[in-house]
Amino acid sequence: MNKVKRQRKGGVFVRLIKTMFSFYPKMLPVTLACIIFSAIIGALPAAFMQNVIAVIEKSWEIGDWSAVGGEIFGIVKILVVLYVAAIISSTVFGQLMAIITQGTLKKLRLKMFDKMQTLPVKYFDTHNHGDVMSVYTNDIDTLRQLISQSVPQLLMSGITVISVFAIMIYYCVWLTAVVLAGVVVMFFVTKKIGGGSAKYFISQQKAIGKTEGFVEEMMNGQKVIKVFCHENAARRDFDSINDELYNEAYKANKYANILAPILNNIGNVLYVIVAIAGGILLTTKVPNFSASGLPIGISIVVPFLNMTKQFAGNINQVSHQINAVVMGIAGAERIFELLDEESEVDDGYVTLVNAKEIDGKIIECEERTDVWAWKHPHGDGSVTYTRVTGDVRLFDVDFGYEEGKTVLHNISIYAEPGQKVAFVGATGAGKTTITNLLNRFYDIADGKIRYDGINVNKIKKSDLRHSLGIILQDTNLFTGTVMDNIRYGKLDATDEECVDAAKLAGADDFITRLPDGYETMITENGANLSQGQRQLLSIARAAVADPPVLIMDEATSSIDTRTEAIVQRGMDALMKGRTVFVIAHRLSTVKNSDVIIVLDHGRIIERGSHNDLIEQKGQYYSLYTGAFELE
Amino acid sequence: MLRQLSKSIGEFKLPTILTPIFVTFEVILECIIPRVVADLVNEIKGHTGGDITYILKYGGLLVLMAALSLTFGGIAGITCAKASCGFGRNLRRDMFYSIQDYSFENIDRFSSSSLVTRITTDVSNVQNAFMMIIRTAIRAPLMLIFAFFMAFHMGGRMAIIFVCVIPILGAGLAFVICKALPIFRRVFKKYDRLNSSIQENVKGMRVVKSFVREDYESDKFESAAGDVCRDFTKAERILALNGFFMQFCMYAVMVFVLTYGSYTVISTTGADLDVGQMSALLTYSFMMLSSLMMVSMIFAMVTMASESAKRICEITSEKSTIISPSDKDSVRFVADGSVEFNGVSFKYSERAERMALVDVNLSIRSGETVGIIGGTGSSKSTLIQLIPRLYDATEGSVIVGGEDVRKYDLDALRGGVAIVLQKNVLFSGSVKDNLRWGNPEATDEEMAEACRLSCADEFIKTLPGSYDYYVEQGGANLSGGQKQRLCIARALLKKPKILILDDSTSAVDTKTDASIRRAMREYIPETTKIIIAQRVSSVRDADKIVVLDGGKINAVGTHEELIKSCDIYREIYMSQNKAGDSDE
Repeated sequence: MNKVKRQRKGGVFVRLIKTMFSFYPKMLPVTLACIIFSAIIGALPAAFMQNVIAVIEKSWEIGDWSAVGGEIFGIVKILVVLYVAAIISSTVFGQLMAIITQGTLKKLRLKMFDKMQTLPVKYFDTHNHGDVMSVYTNDIDTLRQLISQSVPQLLMSGITVISVFAIMIYYCVWLTAVVLAGVVVMFFVTKKIGGGSAKYFISQQKAIGKTEGFVEEMMNGQKVIKVFCHENAARRDFDSINDELYNEAYKANKYANILAPILNNIGNVLYVIVAIAGGILLTTKVPNFSASGLPIGISIVVPFLNMTKQFAGNINQVSHQINAVVMGIAGAERIFELLDEESEVDDGYVTLVNAKEIDGKIIECEERTDVWAWKHPHGDGSVTYTRVTGDVRLFDVDFGYEEGKTVLHNISIYAEPGQKVAFVGATGAGKTTITNLLNRFYDIADGKIRYDGINVNKIKKSDLRHSLGIILQDTNLFTGTVMDNIRYGKLDATDEECVDAAKLAGADDFITRLPDGYETMITENGANLSQGQRQLLSIARAAVADPPVLIMDEATSSIDTRTEAIVQRGMDALMKGRTVFVIAHRLSTVKNSDVIIVLDHGRIIERGSHNDLIEQKGQYYSLYTGAFELE
Repeated sequence: MLRQLSKSIGEFKLPTILTPIFVTFEVILECIIPRVVADLVNEIKGHTGGDITYILKYGGLLVLMAALSLTFGGIAGITCAKASCGFGRNLRRDMFYSIQDYSFENIDRFSSSSLVTRITTDVSNVQNAFMMIIRTAIRAPLMLIFAFFMAFHMGGRMAIIFVCVIPILGAGLAFVICKALPIFRRVFKKYDRLNSSIQENVKGMRVVKSFVREDYESDKFESAAGDVCRDFTKAERILALNGFFMQFCMYAVMVFVLTYGSYTVISTTGADLDVGQMSALLTYSFMMLSSLMMVSMIFAMVTMASESAKRICEITSEKSTIISPSDKDSVRFVADGSVEFNGVSFKYSERAERMALVDVNLSIRSGETVGIIGGTGSSKSTLIQLIPRLYDATEGSVIVGGEDVRKYDLDALRGGVAIVLQKNVLFSGSVKDNLRWGNPEATDEEMAEACRLSCADEFIKTLPGSYDYYVEQGGANLSGGQKQRLCIARALLKKPKILILDDSTSAVDTKTDASIRRAMREYIPETTKIIIAQRVSSVRDADKIVVLDGGKINAVGTHEELIKSCDIYREIYMSQNKAGDSDE
């Protein structure tokens, strides 16, 4: 199983590189070439420096600068050229890498966001919002680390190690073997300690999550804590969780911190061992075994010592990246997971068009006419138009959020244009579920829903939703001005239209009393407004969209009865001439509906007008008389 | 700010001090090692094919030093982990403790999500910076100085090159940081906004979809993300120039040492400088420059963490606006359940323009049942929150049990006054755990008794595990009405002199609501009951009904009196009665 997981991890990495390639087909290869070039060039100067030293070695005792000066200058000249090339290539690489890293992150963010817009509502109902957010914040952050630092570092170190290794073999295989032995030791130490540190980092992550959860709960209940004088108990509970986090963090950091000095000093010891081995080779005059065939001499042993240092240094560098790589790949995995989610499918072909009615015939037109029609292309190439009236009918609808768990049974509802249909029932009775089916947030399992006589499955989802206005209990306003928020319902609405809509909804009164009126900024989902004001705004937002069918899911539940009575006139004006589906636990809101449907455990148990139902003396009657609890 | 933060080091002072000390030892060794290495190299060279014992001698010395360096480095790593994690722990604790002392006014000033980020993310930023400081902030300059001295020691005049190069590099790095930091600071704010707009989108997805605004949202996001990306790229590109300056200086030094160094070696036949010293010089120059680079990185990191540090200090330095009077003078017992408001005016903050309460005069006798009614924003909740001194009246005084609330010990006052808040919260844990908030020593019988009074007993019995049923965070696995009844039971367990219900039965059906009120009348008659309600039916049988409008008392009287005399009350009554909330 471990192997499968590892393969998948490798797959994630390959996919990440491929994705970056597709974003930057030219820049990425150039950058990689720069990295490789810098790494190779970075390894060369050591050799040239050695040449200079060798020259000095030969001739320092003579003390004649003029004899060797030319030779040294010759080598230094090459060195300067190499240095200039190295500076250029690494500067280019640094600049390109900054562009590529940030660009890749931006493009991934956009891709994720675009993808997210296409996901079905089901995705958001079944995924924790915090988890979705964490992909955008934490996972993108770890990816930045991976792309901008770990990948170049690993590539650079890898190339350096390989080229140094090649030079080593060129010089002397015996000493190379000694270095290799040291490297194996370093590898195992890294695996042991680095692995331990990674393990504790993961448990630290868990402890952080736990602390965060606890603090969040306490902060949300802080006022209750005060009321019950529970401060000291809260402190005690926090201490134990905080200590746990401290212990995990301490262990994780301890291991991470000691890895560097350990590797460093293994490097030092290795250096000594190579020196001794070199000395032994020199004294015992063992025949050299190398690619170059050079005899063992000082000119081999000394550069070898430097290379040993370089070798060890690079391995140390790689070990620093372990945590970042592990976390970065895990982050990339979650990002790809989001990108791989299945989008909402829309194979509707009936579209919503502006229309004119001339001589009883409906004709499609470009301009806005306030008359809408369904354009229905048929298999034989002909096109028919149906006027949008808001006639919604459900026939024997069954539905379940999960396979095999039906929550709606045999629901049949007929709403004629202009009618007000109300749903009443306890939490979980299936009221909101029915509205989820109307706008096809979810698809029915069995039965049929017809809109103006057309099966809703044939209607393009975006057009279907355009024709349905929804006002939800959770208002969800967006950052922007009050005007922006109302205009959300119809992007090309003029200021006058927005104000009219606000007046219709009864929101104009409080908006004009806000510090900047319609230009007041709304932040944090309208934290500066009361719940009732937010609801009025969302009603105005639906009003400006002017849809033929309106769904109101507990739209006025947070407005007190007196204000509701005042708003009621606006609401009635808004509902006039539209088919309206109302869900409310306050019976005053639903009383004047044409049809009231009482739901219980996903079944319709009663239906009729208020007076009919009162006469029946059934469930509705007991609700109405207060003998029964709604929620 | 620094002094305030350093207080949180607390019991981790020892490792905090030890870390730099051990780092110092480590650095000294790291600086001496190249010196010994130079000797070793010379030894190998000097005894071409010769004496292995010298090599062994120096080798042994080096291994010993490596062992020491490992020991010091390891200890420093451990003490550093202890000090920084401990510091983080104490910071979190000090913040959490401070928040526990906050008054409602203090709590209102911070959103709970911002408190959470401050305790988690900001603390870990500061903790990382702290780790960096005690480890590297000492190491880098120390290394710089040591390497510099060693270079002088070995290279003599040649080390002058460093005197020239270091200021150049220092200026270059400083330039880069100065340019990049303001952009970073700006972009981090934009980045926060970008992320909160994503959150808004995720939360409002139903609205986005039902208005078919997917493309609009994507466009909006694209321009914001593009903006963030541009700034980040700019900042990172400037930061990448660090590498350029570093390389340039390093290579310049190398070339200088190689040419002038070899000249010196050869022309003085090794008297002023020998080969080994020359290569050691190269090592030291690398050490020096990289430590300078480290200094610039620390500087950048500390500046970025200072933003977090500021946010932490805001929490710990916030002074609670309400504290108990000193032990000697404080009243430690609520005598009875009488409440009196004498000319009370109140506003939520000094800057607020509007008074939330204006000149309220009200007197409640012990044992009375008082209903409070009024529209949203009429300051009903504000009024009753002054009774357990959750806020202090701006003008006038509030008297409970014959004493001004400001004279009470807070625990005593709040023990005597139980309040069921409108936005009430249950905590994760069993039903019993939640009930014990009212009284940690409550017996099972007492708990069952309180639950019977609040009509919670009947549903608790149907829960799996009954009183041991696990309540999720915020009571997510209970219905609204169930939560409210449990919260009332929790408050009853305090056996308060005054019980305040702030719209606490809104999700309870009218019949249960009525039986809760009946139970209270019968079983705790001596307790003063103050009930805020939306429904007239919840307050109509109270001894006294207070009608609030815009922060002022509009009328006080019984149901019958108010129906006759008070327009607002009649309007509320009509709006509900029309709907048929007729439970009696």
